[in-house]
Amino acid sequence: MTDAPFIYTRDLKKTYRMGLHQIAALDGVTLDIAKGEFAGLVGPSGSGKTTLLNIIGSLDAPSEGSAVVMGQAIETLTHKEAARLRNRHIGFVFQTFNLLPVYTVYENVEFALLLLGLPPAQRRRKVMDALDWVHLADRARSKPSQLSGGQSQRVAIARAIVKEPDIILADESTANLDAKNSHNILQTMERLNRELGTTFIFATHDFKVMQYLRRTITLVDGRVDSDETQVGGGMGVGRPGAER
Amino acid sequence: MIIPKLALKNLLGAGLRTWLNVFVLSLSFVLIIFSQGLIRGMDQQAEEAMIASEVAGGHVQHPAYDPFDPLTLADAHGPVPPALESLAAAGKAAPVLVVQGTIYPQGRLIAVQVKGIDPGQSILNIPTSFLSAGSSDDEVPALIGQRMAMLSGLKAGDRVTLQWRDARGTFDARDAVVVQVMNTSVQSIDQGQVWVPLARLREMTGLPGEATFVVLAKVAAPPDQAAAGGWVFRDQDDFLADLRAMVETKSFSGSILYAIFLALAMLAIFDTQVLAIFHRRREMGTLMALGFTRGKVIGLFTFEGMLNGVLAALVAAVYGIPLLSWMARTGWALPAETDSYGFPIGERIFPAYGVGLVAGTTLLVLLVTTFVAFLPTRKIARLKPTDALRGRMT
Repeated sequence: MTDAPFIYTRDLKKTYRMGLHQIAALDGVTLDIAKGEFAGLVGPSGSGKTTLLNIIGSLDAPSEGSAVVMGQAIETLTHKEAARLRNRHIGFVFQTFNLLPVYTVYENVEFALLLLGLPPAQRRRKVMDALDWVHLADRARSKPSQLSGGQSQRVAIARAIVKEPDIILADESTANLDAKNSHNILQTMERLNRELGTTFIFATHDFKVMQYLRRTITLVDGRVDSDETQVGGGMGVGRPGAER
Repeated sequence: MIIPKLALKNLLGAGLRTWLNVFVLSLSFVLIIFSQGLIRGMDQQAEEAMIASEVAGGHVQHPAYDPFDPLTLADAHGPVPPALESLAAAGKAAPVLVVQGTIYPQGRLIAVQVKGIDPGQSILNIPTSFLSAGSSDDEVPALIGQRMAMLSGLKAGDRVTLQWRDARGTFDARDAVVVQVMNTSVQSIDQGQVWVPLARLREMTGLPGEATFVVLAKVAAPPDQAAAGGWVFRDQDDFLADLRAMVETKSFSGSILYAIFLALAMLAIFDTQVLAIFHRRREMGTLMALGFTRGKVIGLFTFEGMLNGVLAALVAAVYGIPLLSWMARTGWALPAETDSYGFPIGERIFPAYGVGLVAGTTLLVLLVTTFVAFLPTRKIARLKPTDALRGRMT
């Protein structure tokens, strides 16, 4: 018996109804993603990147085919099971940060742990560790409205990593950031991947992100057009040195 | 416990928007309690005034007496039974003799009921002591109420011809001098009534020792019917039945007011919830991405709506308790015209707020608030996390 891949999809299809027409967002995607990968779904707008990411993240269900994440078939999960999978194993980083505006930085990061029911002392330690990771411990009491775009995205990353998920899904996570902040964020993510073994899957068409990817899966019209793994990791040209 | 904490945080975090809602809702709380308290106060006052001025502990009536049939009045009198006489002697009862009469103020003719009562009685809250005022044998001291005064154009000190029929059916007349115009909220002791000293009326009518009914003090136990010589006891409930029927009718209109205030409050909550669900779709998506189920999101938004009600109750308590207490102490002055509405209320209404009213209103508003807060959240049950994250409604 062979070990099943950490994440895999088989002939995955997703169609949407637009009036009288059916739009195929995914059209038979078959993929294997191993634990600890730093992979990216790239391709033009409408190629199905976000749809695939959403299905892997159990935010959406496939129309046909199968997507299995950590042994759980997404298409068979109930709402509660999907919520539990997201809560315990998956962290999300969104293009628009999606921080909760009435909470402080600390509370935004703590939120994920509240759902896990951790005791206060443990929550506090984990939140401060996560904020240390993204170098925002000194902004713990700030509100999201007081942060720059780069800082907001780092808070979003802290919120994603604080529960030490197995997978982080980042959807256009640098699209709203300038080059310097983008590299900062990506370096932080790469460090997390390296040191904690967290699996990262990006959906992006940002060249800056592509420089960091160790595996690039190109989607075109809902299908896998190419799947390239870079030997030695994503050390593409133009990548600046580590910076905070 | 996470939902209550988050809901409170969200509400307090929303700042002014929350406090505006809470204030509007708290106004509803206060207005509902005030309006209901006012109606209750009016009912209580009316009952208290009737009991104090007319009913006391109940009446023991001559068997022929029918207060609703003036034609029976000529025969509705008899010697006061000994059991009642002894109560009267002990100050626990006040006999009243009622005869038909006519007054002629300024040449006009007004039919009246002439009521004889002991000027020294203290059972009814009627200023009968004025009837002790010195008057000659040719003049009968008379006490009338303000409505009677208005109807007849009489005022204190005026003289008016009073005509009646004595025991033998013979007409007789004498001048009556108005010794006092009493200010009473109870119409039935005022409208068409002329109060005179009992002894004088007995002498004028040739009915010594007789009465039409005997008013019992609240502390006096009514004698049994045999001891009362066949006279009939009517208790407070008998007298208050009509008033209570009026209160029932009035309670219905009070309920409409209640419903309007409640609807206004609910509209505020419903509007807030609909707006919140529209504006906070992305937040809902984020919550789902973080592991919230739709049920929890619905729970969170519903709880926020309910917390609006709880905060409103607290805010209402802060300014409502002093305000309503002050109103209960000082009362609410009524315009003079209100007196003629047929309801025995005084010049001021003192609202009465019972624990039941306050607790019931609070509970009802909270329940309805929660329900109204829940209604729009049903939309969330159909919300796809992916749409919510994009800020779209499914």
